[in-house]
Amino acid sequence: MAASSIPLEALEKSMVLAPVPAEHWLVIAPPVWCMLVGAILIMVRKRMGLQSWLSIPALGGLVLIDAALLAVVIREGPITMVMGRWLPPFGIAFTVDLTGALFNLACGIAALAGGIAALGDIDRTRRTYGFFPFLFLMVGGVSGAFLTGDIFNLYVWFEVLLISSFGLLILGSEREQLDGATKYAILNLIGTTLFLIAVGILYAVFGTLNMADIAAKAPTLGHDAPMMTLSLVFIAAFMMKAAAFPVNFWLPASYHTPRIVVAGLFAGLLTKVGVYALIRVMVMMFPEEGNAYSIVIGVVAVLTMLTGSLGAIAQSDIRRMLGYMVITGIGIILSGVALGAQTAISGALFYSLHSMIVMLALYLMAGIAGRMGGSFSLHELSGLYAKSPLFAALTLALFFSVSGLPPFSGFWPKAMLVKAAFDFGAWWQGAAILVSGLLTTIAATRAFALGWWRMPASGAVVPARMTAAELIPLAGLTLLSVGVGIYPEPLLALAQTAASGLLEPVAYLHSVFPSGVPTP
Amino acid sequence: MAKIQSEQSARPGPRRGMDTLIFRTMAPYLTALMVLFSVFVLLRGHNEPGGGFIGGLIAASAFAILGISNGVSAVRRALWFDPITIAAAGLALAALAGVLSLFADVPFMTALWAFPNIFGTEVALSTPMMFDIGVYLVVTGAITAIALALEEREDD
Amino acid sequence: MEGFMAVVVGIFFTVAIYLMLSQYIIRILLGVAILGNAVNMLLFVAGRVTREAPPIIGKGADMLPATAANPLPQALILTAIVISFSFFAFLLVLAYRAYQTLKTDDTHQMRLAEPEDAPPPPLGY
Repeated sequence: MAASSIPLEALEKSMVLAPVPAEHWLVIAPPVWCMLVGAILIMVRKRMGLQSWLSIPALGGLVLIDAALLAVVIREGPITMVMGRWLPPFGIAFTVDLTGALFNLACGIAALAGGIAALGDIDRTRRTYGFFPFLFLMVGGVSGAFLTGDIFNLYVWFEVLLISSFGLLILGSEREQLDGATKYAILNLIGTTLFLIAVGILYAVFGTLNMADIAAKAPTLGHDAPMMTLSLVFIAAFMMKAAAFPVNFWLPASYHTPRIVVAGLFAGLLTKVGVYALIRVMVMMFPEEGNAYSIVIGVVAVLTMLTGSLGAIAQSDIRRMLGYMVITGIGIILSGVALGAQTAISGALFYSLHSMIVMLALYLMAGIAGRMGGSFSLHELSGLYAKSPLFAALTLALFFSVSGLPPFSGFWPKAMLVKAAFDFGAWWQGAAILVSGLLTTIAATRAFALGWWRMPASGAVVPARMTAAELIPLAGLTLLSVGVGIYPEPLLALAQTAASGLLEPVAYLHSVFPSGVPTP
Repeated sequence: MAKIQSEQSARPGPRRGMDTLIFRTMAPYLTALMVLFSVFVLLRGHNEPGGGFIGGLIAASAFAILGISNGVSAVRRALWFDPITIAAAGLALAALAGVLSLFADVPFMTALWAFPNIFGTEVALSTPMMFDIGVYLVVTGAITAIALALEEREDD
Repeated sequence: MEGFMAVVVGIFFTVAIYLMLSQYIIRILLGVAILGNAVNMLLFVAGRVTREAPPIIGKGADMLPATAANPLPQALILTAIVISFSFFAFLLVLAYRAYQTLKTDDTHQMRLAEPEDAPPPPLGY
């Protein structure tokens, strides 16, 4: 550093002067790792063999980094790393708490499973369009969004993941894809622009962009500040990203058009980023306004659930049916956010993690069903149980899991949410969760009865096998769902701690401002 | 729009860019000059107005001009590397500039400086400059790729 | 000054929303471009409009003069301009490709991904 006449005491207030512990680098490691690997993969994108050899170990490395980060956060609580030495609120801070670390790990696992499945699903010519580079850039954007502690930086990560998702969406440039991608791109761009509008208003009100700083200052603002307007713009923006009821048309229009792995990753990761941002802003930063809007969020949640599950029943293409099931899941999570108590938030977090894993697995399942049966339509699909009993067993487990039947991972968070809803007198939300669960069960079991149990009209069945690239991710994710369903205590405890950390962000604030929140 | 397109494809003969002799002759010199200027703007950017983004835009518009005058394939030949590869190299360079601070025990993206003495002149090298060069390459590569995709017609 | 700028931002939003309500992709894209500029101006006004010194630390000084303009909105706007510019470029290419392939930019006719006559699922075996 150049010589300076500023005294050391003044410098200490604005800059990090102590050396940084090595494990704090884990906070920034997932996005940086993804960006670096993604950049290298773009440079070697013409060499397909090398790409697969680089990508799968790099995704494995990402899962290890994410797991190490989660371990550090469990041990030490929230940790913060500031960019370029500038202390918050001046510099951009990356702050990871238990919520962020959990979402981040689930994202890493989903990316690894998606990467392995892509080896089989995406043929060589399509991969030359750049599946793996875009995958890394998108996962980098998603984990950056989960880890950042700065609201404008969150917007930037949203855009990073959005632009790489555009690239993934049009791999192959088929006619349906261009149609779906156009709608997806325009509506999502409008959604993130809404987010940016909210950030602009927020900056005008608070004069800071650091999440911890905002969370600390929000209660002191009084009633002159346009907090309700600001919160509503945030809610609208994140609901659009999360595909909540009145603004979810883009999801069923586009999610069945790309390659099946891409659709699965989108269903698992992208809507959850919107949910995560909503939880971060409305639960941690603006709890008062979040409570005031709980009726609005609750009504939206119920409508989202019901339209999602009714839409799933009405579809004959299993990919489009799954698209509506994603929407149902979003409604259930939003219901947890609307209820707002600790049990409800932990249920919402648990359900988000479950949904990230299970939705990806369901899409992978649909891809295998389409390959084995030669069609995605329930009119033509038949005899899959006779073709491969193992595949049918995995499918049934996933269908039960997404419907929320025990002993699979979807059951526990739903049970928590229903209990919380009845405990707090919001019986209509609890009833809606149960009804949507019933409707989802009907849609899923009907698909199973038609596509798997029904024998083909010709009567002849040729046994089919899953390739390793199909079996490993599907079986891995299903086992994860079953494992969490049978032994939910560790994840349940983590989700409850994470929810308490969001509702009472003392540790989060302390991690960003060790010597107390600065007063202007 | 459809009408314009059919007129274009009805034009006789192989057509590479604009058919003005003056423009075709001058464009390569103009492009060279603009690329030089973009590097100047990039290096000026640390303490004065300028920088990687605006420099990259100038460079990309230089290549876009060459594409209009001499055709897209001429630009691809002149660039040696694919524009997307250039953008990726820039992304890697920018990310590395941040990671270097790992070895100095300071947080991510902290500026590190070195003042080597080259031929009697003190040259200020720093990670912000490395980052800025990365941004320059990203912008040049990405915008050139988009411009070439828009300029590229099916008969090219 | 802020009041005047707020009105200008409002006019920009009006134009953008009017264009985005169109059924033709090209008008929607123009609306998106104007919306991006409206938001940039909103960010600019959010940092309060002052017309004093530029936020550059002079030679020999260690910190900004007290009269300096707020540099943070400028950094935010620069980022937002970069992002909205690259998105707009990408959307143009995408819309052009879609137009070439689908032969229309009328959203009412772009029903390939969601066909209107898709049959309901079978009611039994």
